[in-house]
Amino acid sequence: MSEKRMLFTKDHEWVLVEGTIARIGITEYAQNELGDVVFVDLPTVGDTVEEGEGFAVVESVKAVSDVYAPVGGTVVKVNEELESSPELINESPFDQGWIAEIEIAEGTQLDDLMNAEEYKAFIKEA
Amino acid sequence: MTSKTGVPLLFEISSPGRRGYRLPELDVPEVPVDELIPTEYLRQQEAELPEVSELEVVRHFTQLSRLNHGVDVDFYPLGSCTMKYNPRVNEDMASLPGFTAIHPYQPEETVQGALELMYNLGTYLAELSGLHSATLQPAAGAHGELTGLWIIKAYHEANGEGHRNEIIVPDSAHGTNPASAMMANYKVVEVPSDERGGVDVAALRKLVGPKTAGLMLTNPNTLGLFDENICAIAEIVHEAGGLLYYDGANANALMGIVKPGHTGFDVVHYNLHKTFSTPHGGGGPGSGPIVVSEQLAPFLPWPVVAKEDGRYVLKRPEKSIGRVKSFYGHFSVLVRAYAYIRSHGAEGLRQVSEAAVVNANYLMHHLKSLYHLPYDRHCKHEFVLSGKLQKEQHGVRTLDIAKRLLDYGVHAPTIYFPLNVDEALMIEPTETETKETLDAFIAAMRRIAEEAENDPESLKSAPHYTPVRRLDEARAARQPILRWKKE
Amino acid sequence: MRYIPMTDQDREAMLASMGLSSTEELFADIPEHLRTAGGLDLPPALSEAELIRHMKALASKNTNLEDTISFMGGGAYDHLIPAIVKHLISRGEFLTAYTPYQAEISQGVLQSIFEYQTLIAELTGMEAANASMYDGATALAEAALMACNATRRNVVVLPDNLHPEWQEVCELYLKNQDVEIKYLPYLEGAGTIDHEALQSLDEKSIACVVVQQPNFFGLVEDVDPISEFVHSAGGLLVMAVDPISLGLLKSPGEYGADIVVGDGQSLGNTMSFGGPSLGFFATTGKLVRRMPGRIVGETVDADGRRGFVLTLQTREQHIRREKATSNICSNQALNALAAAIYLSVLGKEGFKEVAYHCLQKTAYLRRRLSEATPFKEKFTAPAFREFVVTGPVDWEAVNEALLKDGFLGGLPLKRFGMADAALFAVTEARTKDEIDRLVELLGGMS
Repeated sequence: MSEKRMLFTKDHEWVLVEGTIARIGITEYAQNELGDVVFVDLPTVGDTVEEGEGFAVVESVKAVSDVYAPVGGTVVKVNEELESSPELINESPFDQGWIAEIEIAEGTQLDDLMNAEEYKAFIKEA
Repeated sequence: MTSKTGVPLLFEISSPGRRGYRLPELDVPEVPVDELIPTEYLRQQEAELPEVSELEVVRHFTQLSRLNHGVDVDFYPLGSCTMKYNPRVNEDMASLPGFTAIHPYQPEETVQGALELMYNLGTYLAELSGLHSATLQPAAGAHGELTGLWIIKAYHEANGEGHRNEIIVPDSAHGTNPASAMMANYKVVEVPSDERGGVDVAALRKLVGPKTAGLMLTNPNTLGLFDENICAIAEIVHEAGGLLYYDGANANALMGIVKPGHTGFDVVHYNLHKTFSTPHGGGGPGSGPIVVSEQLAPFLPWPVVAKEDGRYVLKRPEKSIGRVKSFYGHFSVLVRAYAYIRSHGAEGLRQVSEAAVVNANYLMHHLKSLYHLPYDRHCKHEFVLSGKLQKEQHGVRTLDIAKRLLDYGVHAPTIYFPLNVDEALMIEPTETETKETLDAFIAAMRRIAEEAENDPESLKSAPHYTPVRRLDEARAARQPILRWKKE
Repeated sequence: MRYIPMTDQDREAMLASMGLSSTEELFADIPEHLRTAGGLDLPPALSEAELIRHMKALASKNTNLEDTISFMGGGAYDHLIPAIVKHLISRGEFLTAYTPYQAEISQGVLQSIFEYQTLIAELTGMEAANASMYDGATALAEAALMACNATRRNVVVLPDNLHPEWQEVCELYLKNQDVEIKYLPYLEGAGTIDHEALQSLDEKSIACVVVQQPNFFGLVEDVDPISEFVHSAGGLLVMAVDPISLGLLKSPGEYGADIVVGDGQSLGNTMSFGGPSLGFFATTGKLVRRMPGRIVGETVDADGRRGFVLTLQTREQHIRREKATSNICSNQALNALAAAIYLSVLGKEGFKEVAYHCLQKTAYLRRRLSEATPFKEKFTAPAFREFVVTGPVDWEAVNEALLKDGFLGGLPLKRFGMADAALFAVTEARTKDEIDRLVELLGGMS
């Protein structure tokens, strides 16, 4: 589990950066708030996304949640497993339930993101 | 047969060659089909309709009906839906051949009765709303909202103010309000509620401006509370150059007591299927006529019914926005609503609203010691409780309370709405229920409150006595099965 | 009052239990100056017997088509309706229920909608259908918007021979969403879409091309070339179909349509001066989640029994609010139920027969008119249940004269800009004798 190396947003997305690629998903806390995830509207490979832009949608039975891009860039890979098994987001939010990978745009700063400890403190307050 | 596996689908009892309804023998000389229509335009793949007898169809739908709750079956306190008794005589009237067997394009001379009915119904709605003229064309409340917003838009555009692109809606609004605003290409701006449950006037003041096209409001609002600041609200919006739209979902509270037009509204829609007792039919057809002020009348969709030299005619208003649907509206629903208004008269409609308000307050008063009441003041036709005590103290959610009510033979209230109340239960008894029914509901709610304390697990697994138990909605949405398929 | 059970004693007891002495106290929060002074100005209340007398008098001012023989169509049709339809939809459990939000006590409505969805999917040859929209015209407007969202394009191509009222409804819905409408002309002689005009369109911007089948003039379109064109352009094929014609004509699914809509009045619903009917709406599996309106799906309950629920609800207004696929919040459940009962009792063979009888009877009137009257058919393309007749007469005057003999003639197309033409419809409900008498009357009028 690479949770310790992950960075987090206030909207409960996580990012795992490997070189110029950022893998993105939603957190354990977020999946728990949503309940049974029934559908994930994935972005299209090749889409350009701005930081903070809603680039995917996660749906439970009675709620919809936008997933905001923690970093800007180009979508290079999406988790197609989620098309047939959206419940992976509930079962394994940090691992098998990843949503997409973005090639990070040049000059992107990751300073606004929280580390695991800061995020833990953040959700405690919420 | 109804069994523990439920009623089979008609497709599952289909038997090749079995027939129901039969047509008369074809009495014209036949021509080979390919001489009339080229073979390549003909269907190759058959539609798999069931092959069943007439009696099988009758039994099938009769059995299905018995799995269903309706106002005819028992109490239906579904908030904001006004599930009142649907008078049967109105059904008979709507079935008269003079109303059912008429074609929308018949010459006007041959439909004078229909046009007269529509003209008068429009007049009655104008009188109830305190506004000028009506269109009966919108098919439902949400459709009325959309029509009203299109009119507001056309009005601003005609005044050279097409830049007004924001519609303000309260956080307690029906979901259709923002969705309708979106359909009319408006930006939605949300105004919060104040501590008394009304629109936060100070916040509203900050939100209005040169971009404001209008405000959508229901009064009494979705909490069942009359917004005492309505005059101030209207003034703020009007001064900013916007118009006021009245969502009539809650009109059952105020007939003959307050005319929305007199409180500053410029457009009003009525849900005939709520206030005027036309049956909901399992989700429709509804009907959502709107009434507008004189300055907006030229923009109404066409055709409207006018009276000229004692004749009724269909006309196009001068600056009409166009048509919102085919023909003239849900005519046979209009017939029922007309009959309802004629059965009541002015005094009768006022009594309807008074009784609806007494019934709602009676329930609220006797339930507030059992469930949290977030806004403790006299309500109008409905009120909103919160299940938060049960949730906090016993882990029982509002959904569980709702499901348990089904075991007591009562339809659940509207739940988790409005959004500004945690664990909301929105209760609207209507005027057509007896005191005994209300007392039985109070007793059921008391027992459920006790169960939450003593036996929370049985609530969480409720309902226990309904035709089916709790259904797996996640499974339905993950792998949607939306139709039967031949194997 | 009629439907208020509250007695004076009830009211007093209820108020007393709340510590109140009058109903007025419950309205004390409404400022006096806002109250309706002097009551409403409405006609006096009628008893049931008085109401019936009054309503019958109003109804009798209308010429009804049970007593008059109709050859009028143009979007509302006099088809036969089996007796059981009215009986079954009048059952209180269906009639007086609301939207099936509490699935455990709404299986009747939910299962009947599931069956309706299946029937519509079968008729149209599509993968899935919703629980119905207001009518055919609004369903088409929503289909066009859905096509724009799905393709992220903003040009909708409508044919000139689409029902004029449907054109108007689409214009209103689309212009308010910044969608551009382009019109396709039809061929003067054939009356069907001019395929060559497709070539002048900018392919990259087309969200969808709409085809009405049969078109407003009752003529069968050649859809294959249009389907090929729009798909190679990356747009969607939207078909607006007459449901009865699907007992005979190639289904939209067979043409490769992406979205199919239509008006379901013909399926067991009375004409009722134009409403309520229902708009059916079907699409492919790929586009299901973009479909507007209510949808019912199959699932299981806590004991593993089959059951039905409203599903894919996150598309809808009560959850997604301003981001919903549409603002629609009701469906035409009772009309959809009528359609489901109608299609079930007609069945596989019966339904095909309705289409076959319409075709044969229409062909018979066409033949007889050309033999026995000087009127001509305006268009040459194959006709299904309707066709346009021309002749140098005032068709409104013709209709007035026909009415005296108990006939409602074809729809004069003057209101749609064709002064010399009328649109005649012949359903399975007409008899040879009625057709012969109409021809005889028309023969004497030219």
